[in-house]
This record gives sequence, structure tokens and C-alpha cells, in this order.
Amino acid sequence: MLEFLSRVFGRESTGSKNVAKERLRLVLVHDRANVSPDLLSSLKNDLIKVISNYMEIDEQALEVSLDSNDQQVALVANIPVKRMKRAKSLA
Amino acid sequence: MGEVIVVTSGKGGVGKTTTTANLGMGLASHGKKVCLVDADIGLRNLDVVLGLENRIVFDIVDVTSGVCRIRQALIKDKRCEGLHLLPAAQTKDKTAVNPDQMKELCEELRKEFDYVIIDCPAGIEQGFKNAIAGADKAIVVTTPEVSAVRDADRIIGLLEAAELREPKLIINRYRPKMVNRGDMMSIDDMNEILAIDLLGVVPEDEQVVVTTNKGETVVRDEKSQSGQAYRNITRRILGENVPLMNLEEQSGLFSALRKMIGLK
Ligand SMILES: Nc1ncnc2c1ncn2[C@@H]1O[C@H](COP(=O)(O)OP(=O)(O)O)[C@@H](O)[C@H]1O
Ligand SMILES: [Mg+2]
Repeated sequence: MLEFLSRVFGRESTGSKNVAKERLRLVLVHDRANVSPDLLSSLKNDLIKVISNYMEIDEQALEVSLDSNDQQVALVANIPVKRMKRAKSLA
Repeated sequence: MGEVIVVTSGKGGVGKTTTTANLGMGLASHGKKVCLVDADIGLRNLDVVLGLENRIVFDIVDVTSGVCRIRQALIKDKRCEGLHLLPAAQTKDKTAVNPDQMKELCEELRKEFDYVIIDCPAGIEQGFKNAIAGADKAIVVTTPEVSAVRDADRIIGLLEAAELREPKLIINRYRPKMVNRGDMMSIDDMNEILAIDLLGVVPEDEQVVVTTNKGETVVRDEKSQSGQAYRNITRRILGENVPLMNLEEQSGLFSALRKMIGLK
């Protein structure tokens, strides 16, 4: 009953503003990443730093990008591993 | 030394010129000395919005190119002591002025005026760069629509890159009825997305068009909601702490019923 009333009196979650908000959220992820081209490259450098503590990676071949579909934007990193470090060397 | 504030948006038609005119009139009504600068070269607008179009002799390009002195180009508003307009050039294009000249102009103006408010053209090119060059504060105007908010987000990034920190947001053409039925982004939604300080919310209001038709400003219309919104924003610029006005309709069967069943 309350649900029915909600719908009649317009407090339903399917209003077009939710579509607007969701589309904005996705588009701004891309806009903000593109506007500062440094962002992905400095992320790349940080990733290299952190991961190098654990394994030897091919820094030249490392790829970081933003992929999107209708639902979400994903950060995709392709990081070729050359060699693992031994656990004890982590200490 | 006065403050130089640029009113900008990215997208055209969201209310920059209307905002500039109303804040100028609002501040002047508080006894401040205000100079409004129309930086939309080639698309002069602020003069007609203010009803001063018949009094233009010189324009901003005449000033920056040395054809006349600043004083000669300023138009004094006869309705409100303290309000002045430096009109845009209509026959030149945006490249007729460069950022260094704008900086110099703003430095001169701030010696004379308490507030210098610059009406920025749409876009992110030369005209935008000129308009922000001499400013120390920025107001970003947007409407609650996807394209306008997207452009506002871009502009906020560019302002920050230009060291114009902490821009303030004005949400214009807000329609509480549409927000209530979930068909327009709310104030909270906009805050969440853009995450900058809110300076005010101006409702969609026919009186804006009615007053603008007559070359008047709605801020002087005591009865209108949008006028109240602009008066509140004016006081916030002056440093007062003014709560957001209640934009919901007070009466109406639907809102009463909505309250009854706890949907606010
Ligand atoms: N709050 C409002 N309610 C109704 N109409 C508005 C409102 N704000 C602006 N307008 C109208 O929208 C149009 C565009 O406004 P304007 O200030 O010229 O935008 P901009 O300078 O950003 O291009 C004008 O016709 C103006 O009268
Ligand atoms: Mg304009």
C-alpha cells in the first residue's frame, strides 16, 4: 500500500534523475581522467613502485587504462610479470 | 582594493549574464561600488539585460587598445548609485583582447570599485581565458542537467588548474516540483557530484524573463522567489551567513498528502 502511494505521489526511484546521475557519474570518470593526462601516468609509476616490492615486472609493457560499459567504469591494468621474489626477501 | 569575481559555466544559456546583472544590482543596492565587465566580446549581452544598451559610447576593446580611458567607457546606472557597466565590443572577436590586458584592466578597476564582476562567455577557449585572467574568485553557474553539470565539472578543473581555488556554485533554474517527483537532480545530488561550496540556488521563475524583457533585474522584485534567491546570494557574498531558502511549495494537496504518508 505504501509502495503504491509512493508511486502515485512520486517518490519512486525510477525517476529520470537517477538515470541522469548515473550517466553523469560515468562520463565524469572519463572526463576527469582525460583532462589530466598526468593522472594515469602517475598512477602507473606508483603501481610500478608498489608491485616491484613483490615481483619483477616488465615496466615497458605495463598498460593501464579505463574501460567502460553501460554499467561501470573499470581500471584495467595489464602487468607482465618477469619473476616473483621469494617470500623471505619481502621482510 | 576590491574583489574581482568571474561568473562562468562552460555551457551557454545557463544564466551567467542573468547572474552577473543581478549580483551587480544586488551588491550596489547594499551601497557597494560595483563594476560589471562584459567579457563576451562579439556577443554583447549584459548591456541589454541591464537596459543600458542605448548609452554605450566606448567598449572594453576601446579601453584595452588605448582608444579611450576606462572612465570614458564606463556606463553609470541611473537607477542604482554605484552600479557601473563596462560593455563588450560587438564588432570585434575574442582575440581583440588578451589575458595580460585583462589582468591590467582588472587591477585598474579594483582600485576604484568594491566588486568587479566579470561575465564570462561560454566555452573554454580564448574568451574564457581572458575572462578569468584577472579574477581572484570564481562563481560557477549550472542548471541541474547532465550537459550543464558535465561542463561545470570541466570548468571547475580548469579554474583549479589556473590557481582560481575554491570556486563557488550557483544552481540555476531549479524546479522543486520536478525534483520531488524524481525527474530533476536535487541540491544534494549536485553537491555530491560537483563537491564544491554552494553559494545559492535560484529557482526557475517567469519573473526572470519578465524583468529581463524590460531591462530590469529580478533582484529588485520584492515578491519573486528568484529575486529572493539573488538577494540571499548577494548577502552571502557580503559575508553574511544566510540559510538556503525553502523552495518547496508550501501548499497543495499532493505535498500535504506526501507529508502525511511520511514521504516528506
Ligand atoms: N532562473 C531562471 N528562470 C527562468 N529563466 C531564466 C533563469 N535564469 C536565466 N533564465 C533565462 O535563460 C536565458 C539564458 O540566460 P543567460 O543569463 O543569458 O545565460 P548565459 O549568459 O549563461 O548564456 C535567458 O533568456 C534568461 O532570461
Ligand atoms: Mg551570457
